[in-house]
Amino acid sequence: MSAPESSTAGKLRLATVWLTGCSGCHMSFLDLDEWLIELADQVDVVFSPIASDVKTYPEHVDVALVEGGVGTSDNLALIRQVRQRTRLLVAFGDCAITANVPGMRNRLQGPEPVLRRAYLELADGSAQLPLAPGIVPELLEGVIPVHELVPVDLFLPGCPPPAARIRAVLEALLRGEAPLMEGAEMIRFG
Amino acid sequence: MSVCTLTIDGHAVAMAAGANVLQAAREAGIRIPTLCDLEGLSPVAACRLCLVEIAGSDKLQPACMTAVAEGLEVHTATPRLRDYRRTVVEMLFTEGNHVCAVCVANGHCELQDRAVEVGMDHSRLPYRHPQRSVDLSHHCFGLDHNRCILCTRCVRVCDEVEGAHVWDVGWRGEHCRIIAGLDQPWGAVDACTDCGKCVMVCPTGALFHKGDTAEEKHDDSSRLVDLVRARQARQGSP
Amino acid sequence: MSPLADAVQRVRCCSSAGCLASGAGPLRQALETAVARRELQERLVITGVGCLGPCSQGPLVAVDPEGILFGGVSAGDADGLIAALAHRSQAALASEREAPLSWTPAAGERLDTSGPFFSRQRRVVLEHCGLIDPERIEAAMECGAYGQLRRVVQTLTPTEVVETIRRSGLRGRGGAGYPTGLKWATVAKMPQGQKVVVCNADEGDPGAFTDRSVLEGDPHRVLEGMVIAAYAVGADHGFIYIRAEYELAIVNLRRAIEQASRQQLLGQQLFGSSFSFTVQLRVGAGAYVCGEETALIHSIEGGRGTPRPRPPYPAEAGVGGAPTLINNVETFANVVPILREGADWFAAIGTAGSKGTKVFSLTGNVRRGGLVEVPMGTSLATIVAEMGEGTPDGSGIKAVQTGGPSGGCVPAAHLDTPVDYESLQALGTIMGSGGMVVIDHATDMVALAAFFMAFCREESCGKCVPCRAGTVQLHALLQKHLAGEASAADLAQLEALCHMVKDTSLCGLGQSAPKPVLSTLRFFRGEYEARLRPGTAPSPLTTAGAAP
Repeated sequence: MSAPESSTAGKLRLATVWLTGCSGCHMSFLDLDEWLIELADQVDVVFSPIASDVKTYPEHVDVALVEGGVGTSDNLALIRQVRQRTRLLVAFGDCAITANVPGMRNRLQGPEPVLRRAYLELADGSAQLPLAPGIVPELLEGVIPVHELVPVDLFLPGCPPPAARIRAVLEALLRGEAPLMEGAEMIRFG
Repeated sequence: MSVCTLTIDGHAVAMAAGANVLQAAREAGIRIPTLCDLEGLSPVAACRLCLVEIAGSDKLQPACMTAVAEGLEVHTATPRLRDYRRTVVEMLFTEGNHVCAVCVANGHCELQDRAVEVGMDHSRLPYRHPQRSVDLSHHCFGLDHNRCILCTRCVRVCDEVEGAHVWDVGWRGEHCRIIAGLDQPWGAVDACTDCGKCVMVCPTGALFHKGDTAEEKHDDSSRLVDLVRARQARQGSP
Repeated sequence: MSPLADAVQRVRCCSSAGCLASGAGPLRQALETAVARRELQERLVITGVGCLGPCSQGPLVAVDPEGILFGGVSAGDADGLIAALAHRSQAALASEREAPLSWTPAAGERLDTSGPFFSRQRRVVLEHCGLIDPERIEAAMECGAYGQLRRVVQTLTPTEVVETIRRSGLRGRGGAGYPTGLKWATVAKMPQGQKVVVCNADEGDPGAFTDRSVLEGDPHRVLEGMVIAAYAVGADHGFIYIRAEYELAIVNLRRAIEQASRQQLLGQQLFGSSFSFTVQLRVGAGAYVCGEETALIHSIEGGRGTPRPRPPYPAEAGVGGAPTLINNVETFANVVPILREGADWFAAIGTAGSKGTKVFSLTGNVRRGGLVEVPMGTSLATIVAEMGEGTPDGSGIKAVQTGGPSGGCVPAAHLDTPVDYESLQALGTIMGSGGMVVIDHATDMVALAAFFMAFCREESCGKCVPCRAGTVQLHALLQKHLAGEASAADLAQLEALCHMVKDTSLCGLGQSAPKPVLSTLRFFRGEYEARLRPGTAPSPLTTAGAAP
C-alpha cells in the first residue's frame, strides 16, 4: 500500500463502511471523543453510516475503514465497489478479518437453516420468514472475511478495536506512514 | 551431573545434561513460543511452535524434546521459523471456531497470546468453520470443542498427574477430538474426580467452569506447575 | 518346488489376492473337481501358489514340468485343460519327451514366458514365490527354507551374521533405504537384555502390493529372515505388524507361524542352542500412519497409532522401551539368499549405492501389470515400457509415480533413470515400498496430486498441527485449482504451504504429504498454471506483508 496523499482541499478522503457486523467498531470509533474534532479538521468524511448521509460510495476515496464480514448480496456489491474506488482498504475489526460472531452462522450451512433457526424456531410468536425481494438483501452462503474476497491493505483487529488502537492507525496514516501493527496493543483479536 | 555449553541465538548457555533446548532457552531468557508444552507434563512436540534450527542439520527440531548437547548451535527466530510459526497459529485459528469476543478465555487465552506473538493480524488461510459440539454434561465444567486446539494437556494432566485418565483423543486427522471415557458424555464418566486440573491447564476456553462467562476464565496453568513442583519436592525429600 | 515324479504334471494355480479377485478360487475348485472326476490324482497335481507375476492377465495358471503359463483362465476352462493334460501326459509317458500342448483358455491366452516381462526379471526375493505352496511348510523346506537359519545358529556368531548383512550392502526396502547392516549392528550393540524384532507389513501406499505378495506366496522366507535377524541382534521375541486388509497374507502367516513352531523352527532353544525366538502377529486397524515406525510401536503396545519424535530411535527404545529392530517384509526376505549365496554375490547385483534387487508392483495405465523383481539400476523405461509394454491405449507414458503418497512423479523425459535410492531421490521421489503407478497422457496431474492429498488428509493421525490442518488446507487449495477458481496467489500459497508442512510436520506422513504436489509442480507446472483464473487481483498474502 502507498501512503495516502492529501486529495482535494488538502484533506484525506475518509470512508467508513458497515457490512455484516454489529456496528461496535463504529461505536469504538466514536469513542475517540474529542479527538474526532481534530480528525474532522484533517479529513473529509465522504461516506459513513455515522457521519454522512451519502448513499452511494464515492470515487477517489483515500482510506476506507470496513467493518464487518461479507454476508449479504448488498455487502458483496458494496465491498467490490469500495475496493475499486479506494486506495487504502482497512479491514476494521474482527468481523471484517475473521467473520467473527456473524461467522458463527456459517456452521449452519447456508441461509435457509439460518433464517429458519432465527425467525421460526426461536420466534416468540408470529413466526415468519423475512421475504422482500429487492428490498431485504439476500444472505450469502456464509459470512466471508473481507480479504478472502478483495485485497486488503491493512488489518485492524479487535472486537471492537479499542479507540486508542484506531487512533494510532489513523494518526500514522495521516502522517503518511504505515502504522506498526504488532504487539497486544495493536493486533489482539477479541 | 555433567554440564553442556550450547549457544542459542548467539548467546552461550550452560545447561545440565538431560535438559532440553526449550528449558535452556528459558533459562537464558530467550522466548520460544509454545502451546502443547507445560512444565510438569510429558512433552509431545505436537504443536510445532517451538521448532528451532540446529546448525549442521536441515531438519527443524522441537525445542521441547531436543536434548541439549555440547556445542549445539540453536537458532530460534530465523525468518523461516517466524513464518512457519505464524502459519501454525493460523492453522489453529482456521481449523476450529475461535470467536475471541464471546469466549470465556478472552484476554486470558494462550492461543490469543500466541497470535499476537507471531504477528498474526489476519489469517492468510481460509476459515474452515467445522461442525463441532459442546459437552455440558458435567455438573461443574464444560467442554467446547469449537475452541479446542488438541494440545492434549488435559489428556496428559488427567493421566499423569491426577491418575484418572478420563480424557483421550478419539478419531483422527481433522476429525480428532478430545473424548471423555469411552467417548461418553463427560458427566457420565465415573472415573472423573471433578478435580478440575484439565480446566486449569487448558490453554484456551475449550474447558471451562460452568459459572464463567465471556472473559471470566483465567489462565491457571501455573497452578498446576506449582502443584507438580510441590509434589516432586515432597517425593524428593525423605 | 516339490520334485515331480516322472510323467506327473503339476498345475500351479495362482491363489494370491489379485487372481482370487478375478476368479481364481472357483477356477482352482473346478480344476480339482475335473481331476477327481477323471481319477487323475496320481498323475495330475493341482497346487495353489503365490503370485505368478502378470496380475493384469489373471487368473493365472502354470503347467509343470515346463512352466507353461496361461492367463485369463476361468472355471469354465478347467475341464478342457485337464482333458488336454490327461491326453498329453499319456503321450509324454510313452515317449519320455516333451509333449506339446495346444490348448488355450476360451477367453484367455498362453503367455510368452520368454518375453521381457519375465526375461528382464532377476528373482531373488521372489525366487520361490509362485512355485511353492505357501500353505505347506514342507514345500518351503524342500526349497531350502530354514536351512540358513540352522546353519546360522549352529555355525555363525551373531557378529558374523551382522557383518555379512553389512557387507552385502542391503538397504531397507520400506522407504528411506537405511543400511540394514548398520541398523542390525546398532541394535546388536545395545546392552544385553530384552530386545525385539519387528517386521513392518503395514504396506499402505495406494498401488503397492509388494509385501502382500511376498507374504502370501512365501511366508516362511520372511519368518526365517526375522529369526536370523533376532539371532543377530540378540532378540528373543518379535512381532509382525500387518494391516487387517491383508486377509490372505494374515491367514498364510498365521499358518506359517504355527507350522514353524510345531517343527521347532520358532520357540525355545532352537536347534539345541540357547537361542529362543517367538513371534506374534499384530493386526493393524487400518491406519496408514502405523507404517511409520514410532506409530507402529505405539500400536503394538496397544496405544493409539500416533508417532513421536526421534531420537530416541527404536534401535535404542522401541516396543516397551526395549531396543527394537524394525525392518520391512522385503528386507527380511532378502536375508536368506544373502546368507546362502554370500554377501559378495548380493553386492554384485545392482548399483554402487543400491545393492540387490527390488520388487515392484507395476500398476496403473500399463498394458502388463503385476509383480516384478528387477536388479537395482534397471531403468524405469525398461520396467514400464518394455516389461509393462506401455500404456493400454498406446498413447505413451506421461509419468511414473513411485513411493505412493510419500513419493513423486518421474516424467517421461526422465524414464532412463535407473531405479536406485539416490537417483529417485534426486528426482523428488522415493523407492518407497515398491508401488510403481504408470500414468498416461489422459491423466490430469493436478487431480492426481489432489487424490494423494485427500489420502493424506484422511490418514493424518491428527497429532501435530501442520499435518492435521495443513493437509486439509492443501487439499482445499488443490480443489480450488481443479475448479478453475485459483489465482496466481493461490498457486504461490500452495507451494509455500507445501514447504511449511514438509518442514514442520512431526513424522514422515506429514513431511512427505506435500511431495506429490511439489513433484507435479516441478515437472507439470503448466497444468496448474493453465487452470488459473485470469486477471486475478493480488492476494492478501502479498499485500499483507507489503509496506505502504
